[in-house]
Amino acid sequence: MSYIPTTDAERQRMLAEIGVKSVDDLFAEIPSAARLRQPLNLPAGCSEAEVFSHLKTLAAQNADLDTYACFMGGGVYDHLIPAALTDIVSRNEFVTAYTPYQPEVSQGVLQSIYEFQSLICLLTQMDVANASVYDGASACAEAALLACNQTRRGTILMAEGLHPEYRAVVQTYLEQQDLKTVIVPMQNGTINIEALSDLLTSEVAGVIVQHPNFFGNLEAVYDIGKAVHAAGAIYIACVDPISLGVLAPPGAYDADIAVGDGQSLGNQPSFGGPSFGFMAVKEALLRRLPGRIAGETIDHSGRRGFVLTLQTREQHIRRERAASNICTNQALNALCATVYLSLLGKQGLAAVANQCLQKAHYAQKQLCALPGWRAAFSQASFYQEFTLECDHDIDAVNQRLLEHKIIGGLPLARFDQRYANLALFCVTEARTRSEIDRLVDVLRTL
Amino acid sequence: MITREVPLIFTAGAPGRTGYMPPASDVQEESVDTLIPAAYLRDEAPPLPELSELEVVRHFINLSRLNHAVDVGFYPLGSCTMKYNPKVNEAAAALPGFARIHPYQPEESVQGALAMMWHLGRYLCEISGLHAASLQPAAGAQGELAGLMVIKAYHEAQGAGQQRREVIVPDSAHGTNPASAAMCGYKVITVPSDSQGGMDLEALQAAVGPATAGLMLTNPNTLGLFDANIVEIARIVHEAGGLLYYDGANANAILGISRPGEMGFDVVHFNLHKTFSTPHGGGGPGAGPIVVCKELEPFLPVPVVVKKADDTYALDYDRPQSVGRVRSFYGNFGVLVRAYTYIRRLGPDGLKQVSETAVLHANYLLSKLKPYFDLPYDRVCMHEFVLSGKRQKAKGVRTLDIAKRMLDFGIHAPTVYFPLIVDEALMIEPTETETLETLDAFVEVMTTIAREVEENPEVVKEAPHHTPVGRLDETRAARQPNLRWRPS
Amino acid sequence: MYPVELRYTKEHEWVKVEDGNKVRVGITDFAQSELGDVVFVELPDLDLEVETGDNLAVVESVKAVSDIYAPISGIVAEVNDKLSDSPELVNQDPYGQGWIAILEIQDASQIGALLTAEQYEAYIEESK
Repeated sequence: MSYIPTTDAERQRMLAEIGVKSVDDLFAEIPSAARLRQPLNLPAGCSEAEVFSHLKTLAAQNADLDTYACFMGGGVYDHLIPAALTDIVSRNEFVTAYTPYQPEVSQGVLQSIYEFQSLICLLTQMDVANASVYDGASACAEAALLACNQTRRGTILMAEGLHPEYRAVVQTYLEQQDLKTVIVPMQNGTINIEALSDLLTSEVAGVIVQHPNFFGNLEAVYDIGKAVHAAGAIYIACVDPISLGVLAPPGAYDADIAVGDGQSLGNQPSFGGPSFGFMAVKEALLRRLPGRIAGETIDHSGRRGFVLTLQTREQHIRRERAASNICTNQALNALCATVYLSLLGKQGLAAVANQCLQKAHYAQKQLCALPGWRAAFSQASFYQEFTLECDHDIDAVNQRLLEHKIIGGLPLARFDQRYANLALFCVTEARTRSEIDRLVDVLRTL
Repeated sequence: MITREVPLIFTAGAPGRTGYMPPASDVQEESVDTLIPAAYLRDEAPPLPELSELEVVRHFINLSRLNHAVDVGFYPLGSCTMKYNPKVNEAAAALPGFARIHPYQPEESVQGALAMMWHLGRYLCEISGLHAASLQPAAGAQGELAGLMVIKAYHEAQGAGQQRREVIVPDSAHGTNPASAAMCGYKVITVPSDSQGGMDLEALQAAVGPATAGLMLTNPNTLGLFDANIVEIARIVHEAGGLLYYDGANANAILGISRPGEMGFDVVHFNLHKTFSTPHGGGGPGAGPIVVCKELEPFLPVPVVVKKADDTYALDYDRPQSVGRVRSFYGNFGVLVRAYTYIRRLGPDGLKQVSETAVLHANYLLSKLKPYFDLPYDRVCMHEFVLSGKRQKAKGVRTLDIAKRMLDFGIHAPTVYFPLIVDEALMIEPTETETLETLDAFVEVMTTIAREVEENPEVVKEAPHHTPVGRLDETRAARQPNLRWRPS
Repeated sequence: MYPVELRYTKEHEWVKVEDGNKVRVGITDFAQSELGDVVFVELPDLDLEVETGDNLAVVESVKAVSDIYAPISGIVAEVNDKLSDSPELVNQDPYGQGWIAILEIQDASQIGALLTAEQYEAYIEESK
């Protein structure tokens, strides 16, 4: 039983219609050298009950965030997810539809994409957005390629404060086309603006700055923008969408491209995926935007409707000269964001963003008061994440915290040995004061 | 399906309304501008919608009712493998132990997740007949890019990176193939198909040489035909020093029957959202893991899930020859859980039945429809086949019209105008999960439309008639782009 | 319809000799009807120097992209900015308001190598 409805009798009827004796005859064109002689060496199939039981066993070997209080961020955040969201996005007509190739029977997907694009524009204060890309990292990479194509220059500067994994992805993408990436070093937790000025030569196509940056700190986004534009380069801001409930949007500091990861907008952490990357640009860059874009139009009788539009940018038409090879977007994850922003609305988003800010500052103050713990970048302002320097072995500390059902701060040594002794903590609205106090209490007993 | 228009979310609701609020904060509230300098703050809250929970629910449920979906009706969209997505896969992915884990948790606290990934990698190796897997690519197109990067890194390690600058693709290839090759910095060489719809061996022989980095091929190809010359094709490319890339878009035809490894391929990507039945989500998320031969293993993206001597699982970052990262974290993990569940549920026998039945269903439809439509390549097909609407075009009805007319019967249209080498192409993929009744009903619809083309072409040319909106003006959408709502 | 005062290329462009050393370039009626509704024209930068056969502009319909090649070597002296807002002019008036660019040419002898209306018409007929 493999979800196959075809009975033996039906199989015989079909074979007779085709005019062959057996199903095997249908594969006669496959040369014997390419035929598999033995069955696949895989575990035998089993019933639904058995397979689910097996999956439950595997799942039970993981420390989940329903059971553990999570103080880890670094690109994936434990925010509260409304019950109504989970219900809506499980709707079969969303889950089991495909890319809206036939718009007349895909208006639900298309309108939701149009609403998504609008919401991203409202949040970021940019002109236009696409229907999403894979994740924040590939959004940065696509933005970097866009900048190189637009300016016909070959170097991208990345702030050291850009997520190390995003930096790695940008580098992987760019080096295929012999484009260069250069890191702008950090000073006291934020971009070294003098170093940036020195690096901003006429070769630089674009600059990617994350704000708040990977270490949690706010960057001097206005000054950076002026420097980048003075050099004729494209200003790419990578932002946390929820932070835009309180922080100035990329449009306010004149970013040309706003990107980021959308996991925090109603998507589960899910071990890092799937989520989605968003990408919004100034009008002038619209024709270079990769991926799907939905647009409004009318039908023959004047009724409003939506279609995928400006498709000549895409691979199925332009092939090797397309803006990108990206085909599908991350529609269902983007839908989570659309529903999330619709449910929270103007007040809800502001409340969540403010609460992340407040709770993170409360926690930071408590933690910095502990012996052996101090702020790594005491001058910098932060939002919901902060970096602490610690005299203890951070991995050992986190082992200890696990015993207390707490997932501790992110040990930054995993990204760079220069960050040894640094731990990045994250406190969202989902953490309660008692959880924060419990974290502080356990660390105090070390 | 409802037929009334759903107002934009921005035009509903009322100021002051909200559908969700976090619990009241239980920490001492500080004034925001004491925490963050005022220059960094937003002047005013973004003008997001203001609706009650019920309003939001109704909005999206009503939108959902405007969609066709696999769970609603037949979806014979060629090349997309719109098979049924079993619900147990969803239940598994939603378990807190999978959905609610953080990617940077200590490895010992995610052993179940890593074990699942390691095993899924092994299963994909077995199914493809290759050696090592990376689950990181987020979609088929990203798998193509990652696979080509691996090929490139291999040639560079051989000292041939500068010479081998070309990737060959057949003219029947998916658009992503040449786009991925270009994105990987390669020059694309297009090779024509032969009269049987396969790769033209002479043209291939002429195209390969010291500049060849690799060949990208789908087999069965986008015509739904198995290229019987595959072993010879592999020999030609390998002898020229190139590698073979298998676009796994059509892998639903070959599970347990033939493997890319034995065909001679060196790199494969699978579309888990096609072959392994993870839902398409209205256009993602998918997953495009790659599997490579032994020689290419050192170049796989980092990190790779490994099994250690003590039978625990870990993420290995120490791979100096790796191409690097193509995605943050470890890929579309939630999609991997679903595909793993599917493979475990079906096992080797079930997977083989999938392909056997998919091919049987396609040939049945082909046989039934052959009298009514032109068939550019009259051969046994694999899991899909391509008809041509040439005969109908002569009557003034285009394939696009036929596709739109099908929507009136509650069926999604096949893939149209692809592959590019077939005039007025209609690419039909029924999949294994549809019943014979559905297939027969589809034949009935297609023959009805073929008759309408003869007797009443206007009804086809003006279709669809029974969908929430009629044929939409794509020219207008592109000439005067309206891509977002703006507050007035 | 192939106006006799124009010269043509096998890539379906037309060339009109203006006063002095300038030529006006556009796409033919045949080309616009093959492309369908034009939705976007990517115009070249002013002062761009092109050789015969170089990419000059890109004309896009909803589902197709077509390169426009320079029919003659020259420097881009003027572009039809009206096409930015009204790409449909290429369909409506291909030989008039739908022109794409004006090139300043050095070598007027290249014009002689282009097809006459009669030759272009014959070319279309034989490639049908």
